[in-house]
Amino acid sequence: MIGITSYGAYIPWHRIDRQKFAKAWGGFAIPGERAIAYYDEDSVTMAVGAAIDCLTDLDPATVDGLFFATTTSPYKEKLCSATMALALHLRRDIQTSDVTGSLRSGTTALGFALDAVKAGRASNILVAASDTRMAPPSGINEQALGDSAGAILVGKKNVIAEILDSYSVSDELAATWRSENDTFIRAWEDRMVMDESYSRVMPEVLSGVMNKCGLSPKDFAKVVFDPPGDVRRHGRVASELGFDATQLLDPAGIFMNVGLLGSAMPFVMLISALEQAEPGEKILFAGYGNGADAFVLQVTNAIKKLGARRGFSKHLESKHMMENYNDYLRWREIVPLDQARRPDRGPISVSAIWRQRKDLLGLWGIKCRQCQTPQYDNGGITTTPIRVCAVCGAVDDFDDYDFSRKKATVFSYTLDQLAPAPDPPSSVVLIDFEDGGRMLFDLTDRNPAEVQVGMKVEMTFRKVYFNRGIANYYWKARPIRC
Amino acid sequence: MSGSIKDRVAIIGMGCTRFGELWGKGPSDLIVEAVNEALADAGIEIKDIEAAWAGSIFSGHGGRSVSEPLRLQFKPVSHCVNACASGHDAVRNASYSVAAGIYDIVLAVGFEKLKDEGTSGLPGMDNLTHTHAVATMPGMFAMMATKYFHRYGLSPQEGKTMLAKISVKSHYNGSMNPKAHLRNVLTVERVLNAPIIAWPLGLFDCCGVSDGGAAAIITSAELAKKFRPDPVYIKALQICASPTSGRLTTDYDFTHVEEGYRAGLAAYKEAGIKNPRKEISMAEVHDCFSITEAVTMEDLQFSQRGKVKEDIDAGTFELTGALPVQPDGGLKCFGHPIGASGIRMLYELYLQLQGRADKRQIKNPKLGLAHNMGHEPLAPTVSVCIVGL
Repeated sequence: MIGITSYGAYIPWHRIDRQKFAKAWGGFAIPGERAIAYYDEDSVTMAVGAAIDCLTDLDPATVDGLFFATTTSPYKEKLCSATMALALHLRRDIQTSDVTGSLRSGTTALGFALDAVKAGRASNILVAASDTRMAPPSGINEQALGDSAGAILVGKKNVIAEILDSYSVSDELAATWRSENDTFIRAWEDRMVMDESYSRVMPEVLSGVMNKCGLSPKDFAKVVFDPPGDVRRHGRVASELGFDATQLLDPAGIFMNVGLLGSAMPFVMLISALEQAEPGEKILFAGYGNGADAFVLQVTNAIKKLGARRGFSKHLESKHMMENYNDYLRWREIVPLDQARRPDRGPISVSAIWRQRKDLLGLWGIKCRQCQTPQYDNGGITTTPIRVCAVCGAVDDFDDYDFSRKKATVFSYTLDQLAPAPDPPSSVVLIDFEDGGRMLFDLTDRNPAEVQVGMKVEMTFRKVYFNRGIANYYWKARPIRC
Repeated sequence: MSGSIKDRVAIIGMGCTRFGELWGKGPSDLIVEAVNEALADAGIEIKDIEAAWAGSIFSGHGGRSVSEPLRLQFKPVSHCVNACASGHDAVRNASYSVAAGIYDIVLAVGFEKLKDEGTSGLPGMDNLTHTHAVATMPGMFAMMATKYFHRYGLSPQEGKTMLAKISVKSHYNGSMNPKAHLRNVLTVERVLNAPIIAWPLGLFDCCGVSDGGAAAIITSAELAKKFRPDPVYIKALQICASPTSGRLTTDYDFTHVEEGYRAGLAAYKEAGIKNPRKEISMAEVHDCFSITEAVTMEDLQFSQRGKVKEDIDAGTFELTGALPVQPDGGLKCFGHPIGASGIRMLYELYLQLQGRADKRQIKNPKLGLAHNMGHEPLAPTVSVCIVGL
């Protein structure tokens, strides 16, 4: 049996009431709110967040491949999945691939994962879909989009939803696009695109996979497929195919609370469906974008044994409403801003970050074999890597020690108004890890008024610097999310 | 360790520029002005200098930084780069060379031109991988204040008031010093109402950022009185560099500076001091931030652990108190041109010991202590120098 063996999601903590857009620009506000990636988040960090959630209670060493699906890769030329693999503690002898360029890159990558496992090329493949698409400021799409990520593990053991079959349609007409030089999405008159692409392609792919399996709408407990920009068209496709409202995973909830999530949309919808699914149920699942991919899933008894994860529902509840629209412009670097009168930061050294890739991207420290003290150092030029134990002086007698999944307690902190920060004050914490070890980290996803000595924190993978075309990823502390 | 520098070398001349935002002066001005004052004070000429040590971290590279502006003629010059202890380290190495019998007359000069950056604070000190938490120096020291308040049960108001009194005291002293950068008198209310820089530290908890230079001429104890009747003798020169374990292990309390405590212990031993609070007449300590001075009072055993507030409230460290601290106004009023600060502190102790401190003169001082703390509390390098008659 081949299918989905685990899932995980990530929704940024920060949400904005869509009224804030209308307040800034005038005009109409779509009801509800949307998720906004923090200034230190991007598609890569959110995908890592979802993948960590997906790997809860699972051994990362069992993963044979990582596919990163996005239309908002931070790189034109550099493999993000190779960076993510280090953050996720995956093995080196694995397939890593970035699947990009289409809003259905998530479902396409899911198909690739299915094929690789079917072919015996891999036993377990992790697929993470994540997007931080931006629409031109002041338009309705700016309100409609949202930032999120979803991750799905495909494998053969402990399958929670068997993938019975799949079907794809390719279509030249793109509903939205960005050229190499575009920051913001472009779109044609939406009625034409709805008529000629979405409203044709989606029924075609859903019918195609049902026919292939000899199934009809009544055989499905749920039908899960992503909506177009005009969310009403989604329901029309479902009803025209013969699905009734109870079968439909209504995207309105996600749209109203998180937004249209790009390539992450079908994954996040599927994860929300799997959170409710019962053994034996069939799910019809599809993703749209320059064509579509569809899958038939059969939920198994193993779904009841999957351990608790934050998934869609817990991430959805854990949120912080943004005070104003300006912060969105600042965090996503949409407008040029005055720079803090602080010294320029030096250039990134590729050799230095490569040399310490395991410590920096994986947050691996050491545990002294002689005195058993866990230690981590992100300090400086001469203090890393740790060659001499800070406690007993043992030299090179250490085991690797994973700090990335450890929880910690704030030992001291400051709220620094002078340090340059996209969301001041720069909040810095000295934290004591639960099983030993101490280090200084930036604190993210925090309310400054709530920071205090004794606060419990966990580690989260973030983008800390961009220089020389390199996104410098590293870890920060954050108050335990949920 | 059997050796001691005590009473083996003496300072016979010192100079110090005015500190401040010296837009019109470059490093050469700072070096030449400080050294010329020191030469005149010692009654010697530049050709009498046999070797020199420079202290700076941002301005200048290598011994040539000092030989060039002074046109020192083909003499040995070394450059000490040891964070905020660079100036003291220049004095230390210069003193050791004389004590070793290699030279008779040497120069130590500290200088820093900070105000050419166009930004506030110190020039950037990012690590190579840019993974340092984004805190400024005020932020790093603010974390010590957070922890100090937390550990000793001080409310933010109580803690900040304790710290405010430190700055008020230093500004009072600095107001009487023509060479200080900041010469305004403060009130506790004004300090408490100032904008926050890094919680819980406000504007007046932080020292200024200044340009400056200071110089000392050192000779052997045997020769000292040939130059002047009142040379100031070196009693102790200690430096303690951190193994940086406080940042990595959970047993460091972050309410004291172990390196400061140990540098003090070593210096007291070298100087033969049994009761620092009674025997030290005055101190110039590294008050980069008010909390640093508070904790340093405990590290140097002037106050009991956790009890510095009692001494601050009692006025112990005021100019008329039992143990005046920062008689010249300290880093608080002078700012902190890194390499210059250590020697600037010695300059004040030197003037006080010779009875030349004008309105700031302390009655009959015998021993003065200068203390510098480099880097940040989790991984510092601390120097302690003791001088006396």
